[in-house]
Amino acid sequence: MTEIGLGHYLTLGAVIFSIGIIGIFLNRKNIIVILMSIELILLAVNINLVSFSIYLGDLTGQVFTLFILTVAAAEAAIGLAIIVVYYRNSGTIRVEEIDRLKG
Amino acid sequence: MIAHAIFFYIFSIIAVISAIMVTVSKNTVHSVFFLILDFISISCLFIMIGAEFLGMIMLIVYVGAVAVLFLFVVMMLNVAQQKNRWFISEDNSGHIPFGLIISTVIFFELIIVIGGWKYKPDLLNPSNLNVLNKISNTHSLGQVLYTEYIHIFQISGMILLISMIGAIVLTFRQREGVKKQSYLKQISRERSDGVTTVNVEIKKGVKIDD
Repeated sequence: MTEIGLGHYLTLGAVIFSIGIIGIFLNRKNIIVILMSIELILLAVNINLVSFSIYLGDLTGQVFTLFILTVAAAEAAIGLAIIVVYYRNSGTIRVEEIDRLKG
Repeated sequence: MIAHAIFFYIFSIIAVISAIMVTVSKNTVHSVFFLILDFISISCLFIMIGAEFLGMIMLIVYVGAVAVLFLFVVMMLNVAQQKNRWFISEDNSGHIPFGLIISTVIFFELIIVIGGWKYKPDLLNPSNLNVLNKISNTHSLGQVLYTEYIHIFQISGMILLISMIGAIVLTFRQREGVKKQSYLKQISRERSDGVTTVNVEIKKGVKIDD
């Protein structure tokens, strides 16, 4: 219990990953919270990469965490821009009212 | 070691609770605040485990840029006060139980995978927690990042540039009826366009606007 090992960090990553997936499915409000859930999922992936990198003594995990951070920032910027454009055109970003494609 | 454990539990409990609050909070602005709290506690964990550079970078990138971007968009779109209607079956298409089932299955799969690692203890060596004691974490990352991973580094820079251009192109719009300064018109104006010389007759004066 007092010895914090790799398993603790991986469990934390698993919990946050699952909370992110629950947030995507559970969300009925607006699409911004779905983007935030995607950020949570990427954060959980980063936790796993960093803890493996530290415990295996290999720096590659941390380098790739840096690149995941970059891609996450770019994805957030593009996603929010798309949301702003959609809101300007249709006046809503509620999840159940976005049905223009009739999927 | 006991202090390490106590700090780990404090930060991870704060992180998990704030992650839950991100998804269940009624107000979207509160969700953004809990997202910031989550990022901060996870970056504290990174610093604690020995990845200082990534912890600091996460503070700068996520808390300083991404969360503020979310906050701007939430406040600009005026969606903060929209009510959420969970589990109220007006047009409930049955997404929610499926989502709960799938995410719990994913959680237990991940836990089983972690438990499987327990049976390979020769691969993991917890004693090399402080492997690179000679040089700092930032120093060693910099040594690797600009030599071995220079191409991926440059590609990530291109990704950031392209996302910036994309966001500007998507949200840019031409407004009607807004007076703008036109440099070309200003510069290319000549004296004959603005000033005319009039020969004024005595006792008649000059009529403007004829």
